[in-house]
Amino acid sequence: MNAATEIAEATHTLAVLVDDEPGVLARVIGLFSGRGYNIESLTVSSVDTAAHLSRITIVTTGTPQIIAQIKAQLGRLVPVHSVHDLTLEGPHLERELALIKIRNVGEHRIEALRIADMFRARAIDSTLESFVFELTGSPSKISAFVELMSALGAIEVSRTGVVAIARGSNLDMPVFSTLEVNRKKAKQPAGKKAQKKA
Amino acid sequence: MATPRTPNTRKPDAQMNGAAIILKALQDQGVEVVFGYPGGAVLPIYDEIFKSNRIRHILVRHEQAAVHAAEGYARSTGKVGCVLVTSGPGATNAVTGLTDALMDSIPIVCLTGQVPTHLIGNDAFQEADTTGITRPCTKHNYLVKDVTRLADTIHEAVYVAKTGRPGPVVVDLPKDILFAEGPYYAPNGNAHPSYKPQVKGDESAIERAVDLLAKAKRPIFYGGGGLINAGPKASKLYAELVRLTQAPTTLTLMGLGAYPSQDRQFLGMLGMHGTYEANLAMYNCDVMMNIGARFDDRVTGRISDFSPNSTKVHVDVDPSSINKNVVVDLPIIGDAATILEQMLKVWKAKGYKANAKPLEKWWAQIETWRERKCLAFTEDTSVIKPQHAIKRLYELTRDRDTYITTEVGQHQMWAAQYFGFEEPNRWMTSGGLGTMGYGLPAAMGVQIAHPEATVIDVAGEASYLMNIQELSTLAQYRLPVKSFIVNNQWMGMVRQWQELNHGGRYSESYSESLPDFIKVAEAFGGVGLRAETVDQLDDVIMEMLETDRFVLADIMVKKDENCFPMIPSGAAHYEMLLGPDDKAELETSENGMVLV
Ligand SMILES: Cc1ncc(C[n+]2csc(CCOP(=O)(O)OP(=O)(O)O)c2C)c(N)n1
Ligand SMILES: [Mg+2]
Repeated sequence: MNAATEIAEATHTLAVLVDDEPGVLARVIGLFSGRGYNIESLTVSSVDTAAHLSRITIVTTGTPQIIAQIKAQLGRLVPVHSVHDLTLEGPHLERELALIKIRNVGEHRIEALRIADMFRARAIDSTLESFVFELTGSPSKISAFVELMSALGAIEVSRTGVVAIARGSNLDMPVFSTLEVNRKKAKQPAGKKAQKKA
Repeated sequence: MATPRTPNTRKPDAQMNGAAIILKALQDQGVEVVFGYPGGAVLPIYDEIFKSNRIRHILVRHEQAAVHAAEGYARSTGKVGCVLVTSGPGATNAVTGLTDALMDSIPIVCLTGQVPTHLIGNDAFQEADTTGITRPCTKHNYLVKDVTRLADTIHEAVYVAKTGRPGPVVVDLPKDILFAEGPYYAPNGNAHPSYKPQVKGDESAIERAVDLLAKAKRPIFYGGGGLINAGPKASKLYAELVRLTQAPTTLTLMGLGAYPSQDRQFLGMLGMHGTYEANLAMYNCDVMMNIGARFDDRVTGRISDFSPNSTKVHVDVDPSSINKNVVVDLPIIGDAATILEQMLKVWKAKGYKANAKPLEKWWAQIETWRERKCLAFTEDTSVIKPQHAIKRLYELTRDRDTYITTEVGQHQMWAAQYFGFEEPNRWMTSGGLGTMGYGLPAAMGVQIAHPEATVIDVAGEASYLMNIQELSTLAQYRLPVKSFIVNNQWMGMVRQWQELNHGGRYSESYSESLPDFIKVAEAFGGVGLRAETVDQLDDVIMEMLETDRFVLADIMVKKDENCFPMIPSGAAHYEMLLGPDDKAELETSENGMVLV
């Protein structure tokens, strides 16, 4: 029956395993733009070179019906192997990497280093008037750091977007062939290793 | 769970050039006919077609028509339709056909030529980003850059086109790949590592669905194009289940023929131009059994008032159709034929009987709606009413082996309303995209597949002009396609909307400067006929049917007839206009005006 009640939007983190083939990212992004869905962040990288698999992490928002549609629409793309809604499926970890450049002078420099220390950000580049900090953490932690830094000088920010994985021992989206290759490598006697290419 | 795409370790069957690999792969996939048009980028394939006579090539006169012809071929046979076009303009001309096939879930493999790989991206002569352009209008597409992947890509394309919810697949073929020597691999039954749509329905969901059906007091079956796509067996099983349950059934525009039109349990088509009884039964039902339909907006009307008190079961092979437009209570993913078989098994095993008492009441109610005779129209003694023209066409072709295609407009809706179909695969129309110019090339494709059958394009005079060049193809292959032009000298459907929604300001909807269709027919080598009055109509139809060449029958009909019943855009099922006199009562709402 048609429920006519107002339903709130929520943010969901989706993990999508896809064939690593030309155009696959364009298909996924085209689906979101073509059907008017939101993308808050999207990250992608090959995770299994031997089996040509890439994993895409998408953070999106919508009502439960829209989120279900997004997952169904992703699922019907031919190169998509599986779609997992990490937000629904249980506890999961979300991390983001950020590089933050700050330009400032005087006591602000010391304060910047002190805050960086609190956030466990590392200074990976410095000049007399600037630092580049490297920071990983939840998106909100990074946002908090960026906000504090912006009070101390002019800044530039590069963020990767979220990568995510479920907690616990289950392998929901295992990458087979890399594992297999490694297992085989481990079994081979030391002498033969050099002769065979993986 | 992921299954990695393993590198191909099979032994090739033979070595040959890319063009030969393509033809061999198509042949091994059972493709018998290709609809196409040559050009520089695909000349190596045409060279192979010339050398081998194993695949029949039909030369169309426009690439859009090649796709529509393949659609007609596919929809009337259940096979995959195959298209071959050149790069650049050949590919872009095919885009409308591809979109049409995507919207109506028609299995098509379209091979497009491409500039050689080293020139891709250089704006080379007749280069277009074909995979980019066709990504949103195909089910899937490929750019082949390695001849060792060519054979498997063709096999995979055919598999993807016909598996699950069918659709068009493009394979873009750079010219150097067509010349390159490479391995031919025969199909190995393992066409795609991960794309394996669900076929069987969930057992417990099916039990619940059948239980709902058995307990329903006011059930209705709502069948769609998915029934046709699941093969003739699905329609047989559907009819069996409908009869066992004694429930009424309606069908969508795409589903016509899945249940015999003459059967008492059939309420006619539903939706914007559906029957009064079908729409009211949908509104008032308590259990809705949707098999292979997608709650299209032409069917539902205003969503908030769509069948508000029913428990809805939705059987669909495409999970993304579930809860897209209408939230349902019980979704079942899988193939319609398989699920109907599962349902029948449960119904029989549990010894269910149709729910006689409440059904009797339900049918009594339905009969009162039927008595409104919503498709009745006032006959005229001299001017031909378009409804009358279709009705006579139906009556005079009933004992023939008939296939009907249509263009888009009022004539299409009248054909859906007044022509009855007793079997699936007999009705080819552009439902989702509503493409004017579909009918003539589609009829061509149907006639290629069924050379002895009577194939009729029920056309509007405006739509007909959109692919009229295909008369030349009919002439070349001696295809006796009959064009039944319901000539109202208006873009009638546009005129109707302007009358209802735009104060009768008929902006640019008059069919100006029409050609003399008799002369057109003769110029292309066919036969032209004309009926101007009611008493000429039957003779013209009979002469058309008995002519063994292609015929254009120009049926001059009443110019300002409107298509009823009609649910105005954005209105609910119970807000139908039954005829011209209803108009004053119900104006299209402001919200409805913005809808297409
Ligand atoms: C390619 C295309 N362009 C425009 C339209 C919009 N349209 C829908 S029906 C119609 C008029 C069709 O006129 P005709 O073929 O004479 O059919 P009639 O409605 O008069 O029966 C138009 C222009 C369309 N459906 N397809
Ligand atoms: Mg017209």
